[in-house]
Parts: sequence; structure tokens; C-alpha cells
Amino acid sequence: MRKGVADFLRQLGARVTGMIWRLGFASRFFLLMLKHSGMSFRRFHLTVREIYFAGVLSLIIILVSGLFVGMVLGLQGYDTLVRYGSSEALGVLVALSLVRELGPVVAGLLFASRAGSAITAEIGLMKATEQLDAMEMMAVDPIARVIAPRFWAGVISMPLLAALFSAMGVFGGYLVGVRMIGVDEGSFWSQMQAAVDFEEDVLNGIIKSLVFGVAITWIAVFEGYDAPPTAEGVSRATTRTVVSSSLAVLALDFILTALMFRGN
Amino acid sequence: MMARKTLDLWVGVLVVIGFGALLFLAMKVANLSAFTGGASYQIKAKFDNIGGLKVRAPVKSAGVVVGRVSEIHFDNQTFEAVVTMSIGSSYQFPKDTSAKILTSGLLGEQFIGLAAGGDSVNAKDGDTLKITQSAVVLENLISQFLYSKAAEGNDKK
Repeated sequence: MRKGVADFLRQLGARVTGMIWRLGFASRFFLLMLKHSGMSFRRFHLTVREIYFAGVLSLIIILVSGLFVGMVLGLQGYDTLVRYGSSEALGVLVALSLVRELGPVVAGLLFASRAGSAITAEIGLMKATEQLDAMEMMAVDPIARVIAPRFWAGVISMPLLAALFSAMGVFGGYLVGVRMIGVDEGSFWSQMQAAVDFEEDVLNGIIKSLVFGVAITWIAVFEGYDAPPTAEGVSRATTRTVVSSSLAVLALDFILTALMFRGN
Repeated sequence: MMARKTLDLWVGVLVVIGFGALLFLAMKVANLSAFTGGASYQIKAKFDNIGGLKVRAPVKSAGVVVGRVSEIHFDNQTFEAVVTMSIGSSYQFPKDTSAKILTSGLLGEQFIGLAAGGDSVNAKDGDTLKITQSAVVLENLISQFLYSKAAEGNDKK
């Protein structure tokens, strides 16, 4: 019995130390990646290639989900607002919820599962097939050549994708609210324009998506780099990327929202 | 040396429509174009009570937005709220214009309504409006109503 308790404590301690160890390693990895970022901008075509894989290929899922989320917001928002006789405020509801929250967060979650997992799997597989080691043998720094371009591509793509998601969502809300249900078009747009502030709402949303982009791609490249070089290790690392970057997006969203919109 | 690839085209497309979406959010959703910059002049007004008026609230005359509230502060000498409005230069008002704090709808936001007076001289930059009417405070309104009801009841006896 006593032995069981001691074992349990020992395992718990090992887990916690292991987690802190990994966190420290991830931070050092982050700094190293920033230090070796020069090549991603000097040979920008490396980054452009990764923007294609992370950003352009995520375009369809972002656009389609943005449209549907906006359409659902239009339907649900109308249903509630019409009870208070203020269905003209539909534009405000759709635009504010998209620009402030749903745009960055949902685009971030989609980006994590669409592009983050792909980055982890790719880097993990490169490590498992010893391509990274081979690069080092040829005096090519794998962090500068493979990791940093993927990181910067994610950071650049994320705000663009979030803006596209929000714009598509507003369009979806317009389609359902104005075209389908018949909310007055003029007041839909004018109330939206009166209520949405560029700095307060749009710019803060972009800052959010930029932070999410950094967090997601950092987690993705780190998990790939740190993956055990086996088939099982890579698959586990891919799962971990999706889980921890989704959690990171939601937790960071709470912190950023608390900092940005303190209700004054 | 570097060949242009179709891949570059697609990345270009992403960047163009991404910035297009940003522009759409800035112009069509947030309306960045209205009342930023543009020549304007400042007019002040003192109120006993501004209710829930906020900076950037619209200033309307005859229902048309002619400017925005640019600053609100408290006057330590007169114990009144001093509201500074920036009015677009294309809108001119007589010196004896009156300012009211109004509410759009029952629960809407508060704004300043300007009603033009009859003076032949127009208000200049930095002028203070003399005639003002404070925001209606719902609690005061209810208590007045209750008092008058109570007084009615006494009269009947």
C-alpha cells in the first residue's frame, strides 16, 4: 500500500519535471528559431513555398466555414433579436462576434488542425527518415532551412486567413439576414458601421490572430522536431499538436480578450 | 535565376484576397472612412448631467450626424460636465444653438442633438453653447411620477 503511494508520487513528480523540461526546451527552441530566421527572409521563396502549403491550401476550408458560421449567426441572431423588435441590429451582432472572437478563434482552430498537423507530420517524418541529420551532415542548418520558413509562413498566413474568415462570415450573415429573411439592407450596414470600431474591434482581432499564428506554428514545428523518430512517435506528435494548439488558442483568447475588452 | 512558378501565383492570390478582406473589414464593416481626419472645429457645452454619454458619441442636428463628441471632462468650479464636440467644417450653426442629450430609441445609445437658434452670427471654434438640456435620468423621472401620483391621491380625499 505504502509502496503504491510512493510510486504514484514518484510518477507524478517525473511527469511534472518532464513537462517543465519540455517547456524549457521549447522556449530555447523558439529563441534558436528566431535567431536563425534570417534565411527565411533572405531566401524568401522558401517561405513562399510554405505559405502555399499552410495558407493557400487552407483557403477552401476557411472560406466555406466562414460562410456557414456567418449564415448560422444570421439565423440565430435574427431569431433572438426579433423578439426585442431590433432585428436591424443583426449586422452589429454578426460583425462584432466575427471580428472580435469567432474570426480569429475558429480560423485558428481550423488552421491548427489543417496546417499545424501537416507541419508536425512533415517535420516528424523528415526526422524519422533522417533527412534532418543528413542536412546537418551537409552543413545546412535544418532549423534555418526547414523549421523557420514554416514558422514564418504560419505567422504570415494566420491574420490573412482570419480576416478572410470574418469577411466571409459577414457576407454569410448578409446573405441570410438581408437576402433570405429580409432585414432592411441600409440599417444592416449602417448600424454595423456605427458600432464596429476599426482600432477597438478590427485591429484587436488581427492582433489576436497574429498571436494565435505564432502559438500554433510554434507548437506545430516544435512537436515535429521533438517527435520520437518512429511511426508511432510521429502520429502521437501530430495528435498532440492539434490538442495543445487548440487549447493554447482558447486559453490565449481568454487572456487577450481580458486585456483588450475590459468593458469600458 | 529564380523561375516564376504557379505556386507563387497562388500565394499572391492569398495575399491579395487576404488584404482585400482586411480592406472590406476596415471600410465596409468598421467604416474607417467617415469622420476621421477632415476639417472640423470644436464647440463646447456644459451640462448638469450627461447620463451615459461617451466620447465618440455622434452629434446630430435634425437627425443628420454632423460631428462627434471628442472630449468629456468635469469642471471643478461649476461642478458641471464640459463636453467638447468636433463638428465638421461644412456644418455651421448660429451662436445661440441649443444642445440636448438624447437617446436613440428606448434603450439605444445617447447622442447630442443640436437645434439651431436664430442668431445671425455663427458659432466659431472654441465657443461654448449657452442653452443646454441634460440627459433624462430614468430614476428621477420615475420618482417624479410617483410623487405626482401620491399628490393626486391626497387631493382626492
